[in-house]
Amino acid sequence: MTDRTTYVQIRHAQKAFGTLEVLKDISLNVERGQIVAIIGPSGSGKSTLLRAINDLDPLTSGEIWLDGVQVNKSLPFRQYEKHINEMRQQIGMVFQHFNLFPHMTARGNVTMAPKMLKGLSDKEADALAEEQLDKVGMLERIDYYPSQLSGGQKQRVAIARALAMKPKLMLFDEATSALDPELVDEVNQVMKKLAEEHMTMIIVTHEMDFAAAVCDRVLFMDQGVVVEEGPPSVVFKNPEKERTRAFLRKHLETAS
Amino acid sequence: MDTDLMLRVYPFFLQAAGTTILLSVLTALLGLACGTLGAAARLSRFALARFLGAAYVSFFRGTPALIQLFILYFGGPQIGIQLDAFEAGVIGLGINAGAYMTETIRGAIISIDKGQREAARTLGLSRWQAMYKIILPQAARLMVRPLGVNLNMLIKATALVAAISVVELTYTAQRYIGSTYKPFEMFLLAGILYMIIIYATGRAVAWLDRKVQIV
Repeated sequence: MTDRTTYVQIRHAQKAFGTLEVLKDISLNVERGQIVAIIGPSGSGKSTLLRAINDLDPLTSGEIWLDGVQVNKSLPFRQYEKHINEMRQQIGMVFQHFNLFPHMTARGNVTMAPKMLKGLSDKEADALAEEQLDKVGMLERIDYYPSQLSGGQKQRVAIARALAMKPKLMLFDEATSALDPELVDEVNQVMKKLAEEHMTMIIVTHEMDFAAAVCDRVLFMDQGVVVEEGPPSVVFKNPEKERTRAFLRKHLETAS
Repeated sequence: MDTDLMLRVYPFFLQAAGTTILLSVLTALLGLACGTLGAAARLSRFALARFLGAAYVSFFRGTPALIQLFILYFGGPQIGIQLDAFEAGVIGLGINAGAYMTETIRGAIISIDKGQREAARTLGLSRWQAMYKIILPQAARLMVRPLGVNLNMLIKATALVAAISVVELTYTAQRYIGSTYKPFEMFLLAGILYMIIIYATGRAVAWLDRKVQIV
């Protein structure tokens, strides 16, 4: 059994939709400040695992722990709602399709949750929005609506929105997969910056180069299990398992 | 065509049109209230509420509004509901319109991308906070036009209350036919007034729709 001091722990995560098992007994530990990439073919369960961490897709069985608190503990409905809302405030998530709120400006997107959930005044919230949007290089567009922004800009605002809650952990669910190739880099730069600030991150990605450059550890998942796990230098350059090699080979072919 | 007669009775028709408008406004308000409750029930996490919401919609959309009015106005006293014709008209039509509006409101809400809800919940918003801060403001914009269609139908449906003798536009036309024997002129006059009301409402809805769009 893993010890309780590990920052993020996934213990024996299992998930099934009916008879279809999408996660088969997955365990994972992430230390504070670590960056873990999850790679694998589509349908491997990597997004499901990520979405289980903040209980967007609840596990069938298994435990998720963050900083000594169980995220998915079993409680009566109302208590659980309260508990999970508190936990989710500490877990930022960035989606493939941004999911910015279209009826709010960049400022509104960033300030909404801090004002509503943390009781920030308008002034405090504005300062926070400026700080976070500046960090992602979107300060000049603070009063733009999402429809007036490019994909890369939207994703940067979405990252600022998540950061504004001062999360302990950031989850990235294929954050650059929906972007035009020339817009990928601006989002990657922001993620790199977070890495330099030692934000704890779990990243589901198709971008092997980026994963190799910023991650401490890489998980290769296939058919609901972790096939191989290790530092990027090993998993990418010198994988042990044939399945990993086959995946990387195929990925290289399609990428070139 | 007897245009002199039309001009002579016109003021009385105008007054009746006032009743039709009042009836429409009250019906629309009651309909909106019922529609909101109905949509909330249909989207509830409780199976019983969902069932009741669905039953409400299928009964009121599945039977003629005229029959519903008759049950309420003529059948009501038998089960202890005493309403005058105007009250029965507003309540009957309002509940009926609410069934259609239930589907309009529900449709707008479920058409909002589920990513919006997920993003809101991920930030730590409760179900209710996500609903009123994120989903509803977006859904409300999508509702304006279809609710405008509901309103259009509802205004025309107010003609039905002539059958329970509420003195509105259609009933007034019928009454003047009784004394003048000029059904063409009388119904035409009523029709023109209905058209003006509907046209003005349509413009108002279109204006509101433009007004609420995001950039």
